[in-house]
Amino acid sequence: MSFDIPDDRRYLESHEWALETDDGTVRVGISDFAQDELGDVVFVELPDDGDDLQQETEFGVIESIKAVSDLYAPVGGEVVAVNDDLFNAPELVNDDPFGDGWMLEIDPADTDELETLLSADEYEAQVA
Amino acid sequence: MSDDHTTSDPTTDASQVRYDQARYVNDGQYEPLLSEKDQTSVDISSDNNDDGDGDSNSPLPDDLTRDELELPGLSEPELARHYTRLSQMIYGIDSGPYPLGSCTMKYNPKFTEDVAALPSAAVHPDRSAESIQGTLELLYRLQDYLGRIGGMDAVTLQPPAGAAGEFVGIRVAAAYHEHNGEGHRDEVIIPESAHGTNFATAALGGYDVVSLPSDEDGRVDLEALEAALSENTAALMLTNPNTLGLFERDIEEIADMVHDVGGLLYYDGANLNALLGRARPGDMGFDVMHYNVHKTFATPHGGGGPGAGPVGVVGELESFLPAPRVREADTETNAGADSEKPTYELFDPDHTIGKVHGFQGNWLVLVKAFAYIARLGDEGLTDASAKAVLNANYLASQIEYDVPYGPFHHEFVASAGDQDAADVAKRMLDYGVHPPTTKWPEIVPEALMTEPTEIESKDTLDRLAAAFNAVAEESDGVLEDAPERTTARRIDQTSAARNPRLSWHELAEEDT
Repeated sequence: MSFDIPDDRRYLESHEWALETDDGTVRVGISDFAQDELGDVVFVELPDDGDDLQQETEFGVIESIKAVSDLYAPVGGEVVAVNDDLFNAPELVNDDPFGDGWMLEIDPADTDELETLLSADEYEAQVA
Repeated sequence: MSDDHTTSDPTTDASQVRYDQARYVNDGQYEPLLSEKDQTSVDISSDNNDDGDGDSNSPLPDDLTRDELELPGLSEPELARHYTRLSQMIYGIDSGPYPLGSCTMKYNPKFTEDVAALPSAAVHPDRSAESIQGTLELLYRLQDYLGRIGGMDAVTLQPPAGAAGEFVGIRVAAAYHEHNGEGHRDEVIIPESAHGTNFATAALGGYDVVSLPSDEDGRVDLEALEAALSENTAALMLTNPNTLGLFERDIEEIADMVHDVGGLLYYDGANLNALLGRARPGDMGFDVMHYNVHKTFATPHGGGGPGAGPVGVVGELESFLPAPRVREADTETNAGADSEKPTYELFDPDHTIGKVHGFQGNWLVLVKAFAYIARLGDEGLTDASAKAVLNANYLASQIEYDVPYGPFHHEFVASAGDQDAADVAKRMLDYGVHPPTTKWPEIVPEALMTEPTEIESKDTLDRLAAAFNAVAEESDGVLEDAPERTTARRIDQTSAARNPRLSWHELAEEDT
């Protein structure tokens, strides 16, 4: 099975993606591969606006009918937006993991951290 | 049963269909709710205060009282049939084999219910120790039985469930370390293949969890263990035989390694059924253990009411156990009493972690466990573990699915191979048997974790094997459509989790 891995963003080994937006924040979600492995997502627990995150530390929890997994922050910084739609419609993570299924926007403390993440090619090699 | 069914219909092999489920589907509806069968409105307002706004004599606010109640008005046979039909729609250990792995599901002999129902078992928990000597003696003897079965020096009966027992065991270990000035120990090591409760227990107990990979043959990887152990290790939690049914052959070396760094060894009693009368965790070097009396000693299982998860410890940890415990009164207290017969009293251990449940725990569950152990005795318990292991090995030898790890004891983990284990489980329901635990432990792909227990006859095991083997031959399409013959078909787990209906009111609202 092949998975969508857009090359406009970077990835963590733990399957989160990070996309730099026009206003300088970093949007975060999980990959197509991750949502497929998890199966139907039934609950997403996210931090609050204003919470401070460190790179590669837990920012939330995702629960599917098969498993409960921690979510890890691709970059550190302050949470400036949370996708509230996921609380009522967690299936967005399955339906559109790279779009409407986004989870957070982070104001990155150190944009160099983005460079430490996997490129789309490197991530593809990992999940292949 | 007719012969002209399609090949996907399990009735074509009638020998395999013994435990048909009742079905009372009427226009797509299952057994109606009692309130749907009959709604009789009962006026409950008091005569002189009928202001339509509740009973003004009530101390409760008006908006919390009612003038009218809708109560079902049904005859006794209507009520009895309602519950009988519901009971026929489910599948339990009283219906047929129930080979869920790692959570020993065995038949509860009904005599234990009789014992628990004896008038003398109904004891008010606030009665004085002098007036309930028989009750205390039973608790004392059960502490002693469990201690001897597990090779432990002291036992508390208070924890109300297996997971509660785990939590108590870890709190006792923490109190021990704290008492010895070793409160800095903040890690608990747990094999990846362990029960989920172990991880939860360690986390709830305030510890960081260090996850331990399995080695190639499915056991504890000693090198990985060596690397994980440190002066911060509070405990290693182990199940033996482990969740693959494999005996940890290196257990003595493991115990030495853990003790060398000052850690404690915790035994998860979930698989004690395999060891009864043959090996004891205490002799292997374990320091703390919990007993799942609902697994090993045939008390009611989940949903069957209150449970019990006694905890045993070695002598060094005894003074930290929950309070109160039961002991024989010393001879001075005994002066004047019948010198032949010991008396019993409650006491608080010196460094107790406190109470973990009301009074002595769930007393009537403990009565059932005591009755079971006393009835089977040494020989009976030893025979139970022999037959549990024999039955698992016989069943595994009769099924076509691959069993990658062995030699196993009371349970085995088969692999459904190219089939989806969850679909296999659903299809087995069509053959009138309960399926095994599926998709866990993850070390085996598409796991079918199977534990027949000692209670099943060869005939039953053969029927179980026939169900496994029939499903093994079937196509994905048939499996995906299963179950076809149960009262409820495939449950939509996703919708159930995303849009839970937590009250029958919501069901009634949707129907209208």
